[in-house]
Amino acid sequence: MIAGRPAHVSGALWRLDRIGFGYGGQPVLADFSYQFEQGCCYGVLGPNGSGKTTLLDLLCGLLVPESGAILFNGRPLADWRPRALARQVALVPQEFAIDFDFSVRMVVEMGRYPHLGRFEDLDERDHALVRRVMAELAIDGLADRPVNRLSGGEKQRVAVARALVQEPAVLLLDEATSNLDIFHTLSILGAVGGRVRARGLTVIAALHDLNQATFFCDRLLFLKQGRLVCHGPIDEVLRPDVIGEVYGVQAKVVYSDFSQCYQVSFRVPEGGC
Amino acid sequence: MIGALLSVLLLLAMLIAATMGFMKIPVAEVVAVIVHKIAGFGAVPDPVAAGIVLDVRLPRIIGAALVGGALAVCGAVFQAILRNPLADPYTLGISSGAAFGASLLIVLQVFGLVLPASLSIPVFAFAGSIATLFVVLALAGGARRLSSTSLILSGVIVAAILSAAIGFLKFLADEQVGIIIFWLMGSLSGISWINIALLLPVVCCGLVVCLLFSRELNIMAAGERTAATLGVHTARLRWMLLLVCSLMTAVSVAVSGIIGFVGLIVPHLLRHLFGPDNRRLILFSFLGGAILLVVADTLTRAVLPSEVPIGVLTALIGGPVFCVIFYRRQRDCR
Repeated sequence: MIAGRPAHVSGALWRLDRIGFGYGGQPVLADFSYQFEQGCCYGVLGPNGSGKTTLLDLLCGLLVPESGAILFNGRPLADWRPRALARQVALVPQEFAIDFDFSVRMVVEMGRYPHLGRFEDLDERDHALVRRVMAELAIDGLADRPVNRLSGGEKQRVAVARALVQEPAVLLLDEATSNLDIFHTLSILGAVGGRVRARGLTVIAALHDLNQATFFCDRLLFLKQGRLVCHGPIDEVLRPDVIGEVYGVQAKVVYSDFSQCYQVSFRVPEGGC
Repeated sequence: MIGALLSVLLLLAMLIAATMGFMKIPVAEVVAVIVHKIAGFGAVPDPVAAGIVLDVRLPRIIGAALVGGALAVCGAVFQAILRNPLADPYTLGISSGAAFGASLLIVLQVFGLVLPASLSIPVFAFAGSIATLFVVLALAGGARRLSSTSLILSGVIVAAILSAAIGFLKFLADEQVGIIIFWLMGSLSGISWINIALLLPVVCCGLVVCLLFSRELNIMAAGERTAATLGVHTARLRWMLLLVCSLMTAVSVAVSGIIGFVGLIVPHLLRHLFGPDNRRLILFSFLGGAILLVVADTLTRAVLPSEVPIGVLTALIGGPVFCVIFYRRQRDCR
């Protein structure tokens, strides 16, 4: 059941072949194979410690697998220079913090770094892009405020803006909306989702909330203890038996006409957790 | 704009400092001496004034500017790399290493060991600080990632061991302990043109390297993960800048002894005034640190009735200033 499609399929972005990774002998990901396609929105789901963040770190080259191979755009990931990779892949971490009182504008402008030569400064096009993205995420009014004085929701929008200004082909969201209220969550996911449909952006999002995943993603990957349990389009894999196996809870999946997506409700299994 | 203003201020401070001292020399004559020496034209100056300005005052003033600038730049860079606002150029134990080297030589001399003249206190201080730096880096580098916590912790541990060792050396020095104590308090009085020939290239090269990587330093503030996914070689950048700044600090300490607070205060104050952008902050810190130390050194040399060790003066002025800034910030944050 763990099978990536052959490499010649057009639009293949990452090809992970039997990846293994661990910290100090403790395996975090094992025998992990998958192929990520372009223009798709992936949700990576699983309980705490199932290897979601590790998977994202491996995809953007922050971690190097102990075994197996990762190809990105047909080339081994290790052969990519960090700046070249940064022009393709951006990451939004769960919590964004910055030392010192950098302003919102300066932080968003940092996203242009991989596109600039050492002695090059932002040109008019860069500034226009920065302004546009800040307006899109409704943080243009905060441009001169220090990031550290903002609320959690505002900070996270700054982090997303910084990543979008990077103009990546792929956006990795590492539980980027976990600490936000529902309004801010939907507005961030909305801004990102718009780019998936309009410009073929690929998104790989590690998520805690199944209902956010159904709202936002096309395909889901379920991880448990570092293994890929199940993957596929939402209507194929979002089943009570899969959720039960992965999370150990009883679940019911219904299509909600109101949200226009599947919704999951839960309860403690009979006999307790 | 601010950079130009600070540069002018620095030149003015240096010029006025050159007029002050036991013998007052008018500004015009100082300028005439320097112009005659460098460009070789103009009126031939009074040889006594020329001797005082060129051989006594200028090396000390230029030395003060270079040491102050270097310490402030290193403070700004250490604070950015270690992601700790309390970091200063001495955080990695460099000052303790230098103090140990200098104390060791003094004690050896007290015991009547005769060493070649070239093995002077600056040489021992430099060797001590570099040796300490490598011990600290080796201790912290075990984790390869060189995290700021492990660096600071290693620095604290090594400094604690060294300060105990210095205490033992002081005990051994017995009645000569005053020489060690005076060196530890820092002084620019011994600086000669030979010291400048060592300081100038190291400080200038170091400043250029720090300026070249100032954009990366800004990005480092957003955290290791974000910086790495933006294409910054975080580990390589850390190693390189730590090494460059430690060299700058070691050279400064070797010629001047331990001058505290400049590296902590100046970047803080300038960040408070002009924002945290390292592309500006590093240059401003160099100029600000240079101005501060030139002024402070001139105070100890020419204004105060007897020469107070400059390390004591910078701590006595810098400490309270830091307290005020800190208190205001705390109050504003509420």
